[in-house]
Amino acid sequence: MPLHISKPHWDELRRHGEETYPHECCGVLVGSLDAAGEKAVREVIRCGNQRTDSPHNRYSIDPRELVRIQRRARESDQDIVGFYHSHPDHPAHWSSTDLEEAHWPGCSYVITSVRNGTAADTNSFELRADGDNKFFQDEEIRVE
Amino acid sequence: MKVLIPTALRQYAGGQSAIVLDAASVDDTLGQLGTLYPDLRRHLFDPQGRLRKFVNVYVNDEDIRYLAAERTPVQPDDTISIIPSVAGGSPYSPESGTAHGNPH
Repeated sequence: MPLHISKPHWDELRRHGEETYPHECCGVLVGSLDAAGEKAVREVIRCGNQRTDSPHNRYSIDPRELVRIQRRARESDQDIVGFYHSHPDHPAHWSSTDLEEAHWPGCSYVITSVRNGTAADTNSFELRADGDNKFFQDEEIRVE
Repeated sequence: MKVLIPTALRQYAGGQSAIVLDAASVDDTLGQLGTLYPDLRRHLFDPQGRLRKFVNVYVNDEDIRYLAAERTPVQPDDTISIIPSVAGGSPYSPESGTAHGNPH
């Protein structure tokens, strides 16, 4: 199932990675999930990177921010549909760390490669859970 | 009191986004949830019955780690939020000691 996102939101999450370069940026994607399981992003919410000890290759979102974002999403009848972060001078592909630290099955994890301060590729991966196993599945991004 | 179930875990809680329970503590609440939804219990707790490290539990706006952990009492008008952590990072090359894998 593709992840639907508007051009302005697409630009926003990529721009965030350029602004924080050479550090990783991170944020939450809020939107809707239809009965068929297709996700549509309605808001891109920037978050702070708590990993101030290693911001060039690690990110972590403060759970207090997640609580607030989840609450706000509910109030507007929306859901957290995914997260985004950047890989400074690394490919836009999930790492073993990304997979180990991913705990939201069904959500999209969007990664942007930022090369020398400029956003390059952006890819999305949906976290799937199969019993005790979890894995990322490549996900098409439809920029509309 | 009300328990808010995040998007990612609703599939293990009968599709519900919020569950109302009558409980006296966080422990009691999570225990009831686990009994009602065994799949959810497996996601929240490790095989030794400990809350998984990536599971953050809030009573209203307070992280239970800064209260009385699972023994934190709850009131009828409290809201418990279950929030899995969100973290990650780009590949790290330990042999080079740099994030980019380039030799010094």
